Amino acid sequence: MNEVYLDYNATAPLRPEALSEMTDVLAHAHGNPSSTHGFGATARAALARARKQVAEALGVAADSIVFTSGATEANNTVLRQAAHSARGRDAHLVSCATEHPSVLEELRALAAEGCRVTILPVERDGRLDLARFEAALTPGTRLASVMWANNETGVIQPIAELARLAAARGVPFHSDAVQALGKLPLALAGLPLDFVSFSAHKLGGPKGVGALYVRPGAELVPLLRGGSQEKGRRPGTENVPGIVGFGAACAAAGAELELAHARNERLRERLWDGIRASLPDAQRNGAPEHTLAHTLNVSFAGASGEALVESLDLEGIAVATGAACHAGSTEPSHVLSAMGVPRELGASAIRFSFGPGIDEAAIARVLEVLPRVVARVRQARAA
Amino acid sequence: MSERWLVAMSGGVDSSVAAALVARAGHEAVGVTMDLGEGSSRGTSAGESMSGDVVPRSAKKCCGLPDAEDARDVARTLGIRHYTANYRDEFRSAVIEPFVAEYKAGRTPIPCIACNRVLKFDLLLRRADALGARGVATGHYARIAQAPDGGLGLFRPRDREKDQTYFLFDLPRATLARVAFPLGELEKAQVRALARELGLVTADKPESQGICFVPDGDVRAALTRLQPASAPAPGPITTADGEELGTHGGAVGYTPGQRRGLGLSGGPWYVREVRPAENRLVVDRAPALEARSVRLREASWLDGAAPEGEIRAAVRHRHKSVSARVEPGADGSAELHFAEPVWAPAPGQAAVLYDAADDRVLGGGWITGAGT
Repeated sequence: MNEVYLDYNATAPLRPEALSEMTDVLAHAHGNPSSTHGFGATARAALARARKQVAEALGVAADSIVFTSGATEANNTVLRQAAHSARGRDAHLVSCATEHPSVLEELRALAAEGCRVTILPVERDGRLDLARFEAALTPGTRLASVMWANNETGVIQPIAELARLAAARGVPFHSDAVQALGKLPLALAGLPLDFVSFSAHKLGGPKGVGALYVRPGAELVPLLRGGSQEKGRRPGTENVPGIVGFGAACAAAGAELELAHARNERLRERLWDGIRASLPDAQRNGAPEHTLAHTLNVSFAGASGEALVESLDLEGIAVATGAACHAGSTEPSHVLSAMGVPRELGASAIRFSFGPGIDEAAIARVLEVLPRVVARVRQARAA
Repeated sequence: MSERWLVAMSGGVDSSVAAALVARAGHEAVGVTMDLGEGSSRGTSAGESMSGDVVPRSAKKCCGLPDAEDARDVARTLGIRHYTANYRDEFRSAVIEPFVAEYKAGRTPIPCIACNRVLKFDLLLRRADALGARGVATGHYARIAQAPDGGLGLFRPRDREKDQTYFLFDLPRATLARVAFPLGELEKAQVRALARELGLVTADKPESQGICFVPDGDVRAALTRLQPASAPAPGPITTADGEELGTHGGAVGYTPGQRRGLGLSGGPWYVREVRPAENRLVVDRAPALEARSVRLREASWLDGAAPEGEIRAAVRHRHKSVSARVEPGADGSAELHFAEPVWAPAPGQAAVLYDAADDRVLGGGWITGAGT
C-alpha cells in the first residue's frame, strides 16, 4: 500500500543527516563526555558541536543551551523552579488553556501544592489576548508560560509581544517552542525570553532528547540531582548520540527553513483548497494567518474524528485527531474546546501535519481518499 | 473473498482468538477495544470474559487501559490493526444508569444484555460501517447458522459450559447477518490452546466472571460507588405477612433467592421480594420461591411470532433450561408456564427461550413477576 505519513507534529521521520551523525557517534565515540581521557574528549567535542548547532538555530550563545530528555522535562523543570522560587511566599503562575499537558498537568500539580495558577482562555482564533495577559500579571507572578505554536492547531502565539509585556512587569517568561523549532525563525537573542523548551524529534531529530534555553544570567535549579553535567543544571550522563542527532537536525532544518516554509504553506493550502472543493462544509480550526505552515486542523461536522483517523489509517494515510498522547483514550481536545469549538465539532476534527518528504503526490492521495472516507463515516454515524 | 471485519477485542483470551480466527480465514481483521470508562476497560465480551477489575480513573488516563494494552499486544502479534474507541458516555447512559435504576426499583438487572445490544451490536456495528467493515466479530460463545425457515438463527455454542446465548437473545435477525462468533464451534480448551500456539499474551489470562463494573460480584458496594448520593439506610426484614424478623442495611442490591447476608435466625430464609419504596426485604421459606410461571415484558421473537408448543426456557445465565410454554399477551407482554418448578426467578432478569431441542434461541423477554 502507498503509505502517506501526515503526522509530523506527533513525531517527524529522522532526518538523514541526524541518522548518519548518530550512527557515527554510536559506532565510534562511546566515551563519557565527563571523562578526562581522549575518549571522553571525543564525546565532549561531539557534544560541543551539537550545542553550537542548536544555539545557532536559535541565534543564542552555546552555553545558554541545557540538554534534557525532552520538552516535558524542560517544561517541568522551569515551572517547578518558578513555583519554588517563591520560597514559601505567595507563588503565582500564569499560563494558557491550550498548552501541552506537560505544562498544564505540572501546573495542576503545583496548584495542588499551594501555588496560585491562572490559566488564561484564548480567543476563537486560538491566540491569547494581550490585554488579558497583561492584566493577569501581578507582583507575585513568578512565571508566565505560553507555548510558541500549538501542536494540535498550529496556532502561533504573539510571543514577542507577550514576552515584552512580561518583561515590563518584571515577570520571567517561558515558552514551549517544541512545534516552532525548525519551522519558524526563532531569533531568541532579540527577545526578552528567560526560558524556552525544545524537543528534537519534532524536527527530524531522535526521540528522548530536548533542550532548554536559559537566558544568560537566569538561574536554573535542576529537577534531578546527581552530577555536574550541563554546568550543574541537568545532572546525568549526556545522551551523546541523541544530542548529536538533535544538533544535526537543527542544522539541516535551519539550512532549508525558508524553502521548507514556502513549500509547506503551498502544500497546506493545496490540501485545504482540495478539501473545501469536495467537502464544502469542512471547517478550518485556527486562524490561517497565524498558523504554522505545516499544520492544518479541520472539523468535518457529523463525522467522528476517531473513526476518520482509523479509516484513513486503513487506507494507509496517517493523521491524528489531536495530540498523540491522547490517541487511544480520546477525550475531546482541550485545545479546540478552549477555542470555543463546540464539543461535537471538536470531536470531528483531524490534524494533518507534514514536513520534509511530503510532496504534491501525497496531498493528492489524501484528497482522493478523504471525500469517500468522510462520506462513509458520516453515513455510519447517522445510521 | 477477503472482507474487512471489525473484531471487538476486550483484552481477554476469547476475543484475542476470535481476532486470530478472522485473520486466519483470510479476512482483514481490525481490532477495536472499547474504552467504557467506569468499571471496565474490558467490556467487549459479555459475561464470562468480563473483568472484575475497576481501574481507578487516574490510572487509566491516556494510553493506560491495561486490558486495551493486552489487546494491542495481541493485535501486534497477529499483525492486525488495533484501535481504542471511547464509548464512555454511551456505556454510562445505556448500561450503568439503567443498572442502577433497576436495582433502585427492586429488580435484578442483567446489564450485559444491554451492553451487547447497544454497545457491541449497534455502536460497534456503526463503527464497522464507518471503517468500511463487513460486520462485527466477537469472542462470544454462540453460533449463527441457518434456522428452519431458511433465515439466520442464533444457536447455543459447541462448548455448553461457556454458552453466552442468554446475553444475546434480543439481537434482531438483521443484526445476526452482520455478526460473527468465530468461537462458536470451539471448546474453551481449544481456544486457550490456540492462543498459546499463536503466542498471544492473553493465552493464560485468568477467567473472570460476572459484571465488569461490579468487582467481586459485590453489587451493594458497586451501587454505593455508582450512586454516592443515595446512601443505603437500614430497614425491616419481614415475612410476607409482615412479621418483622430483623433489619438489613439497605434493601437495594438484594435479589430474590438470596440467602446470604440476611443475618436471620431460624433459617434458612430466602429473599422473596425487594420493596424499595418501603426499604423492606420480604423473606420466605424455600418452597415459596418455587415459581410455575413468569410474566414478561418487551418480549421479542426471532422468528417474528411467539413460539407454539413445548419449548425450553432459562431464567438466568447458566440456568439449566426447563420445559415451558409461552402465552403471548398484549403490548409485548407474555406469560411463560414451566413444566416443573423454577427456583426464584428475579424481576429484571431475562427469560430466554430455546427450541425443544434446547439449541436454537427463539427469543425472550424481561421478567416482571412470578406465579406459583
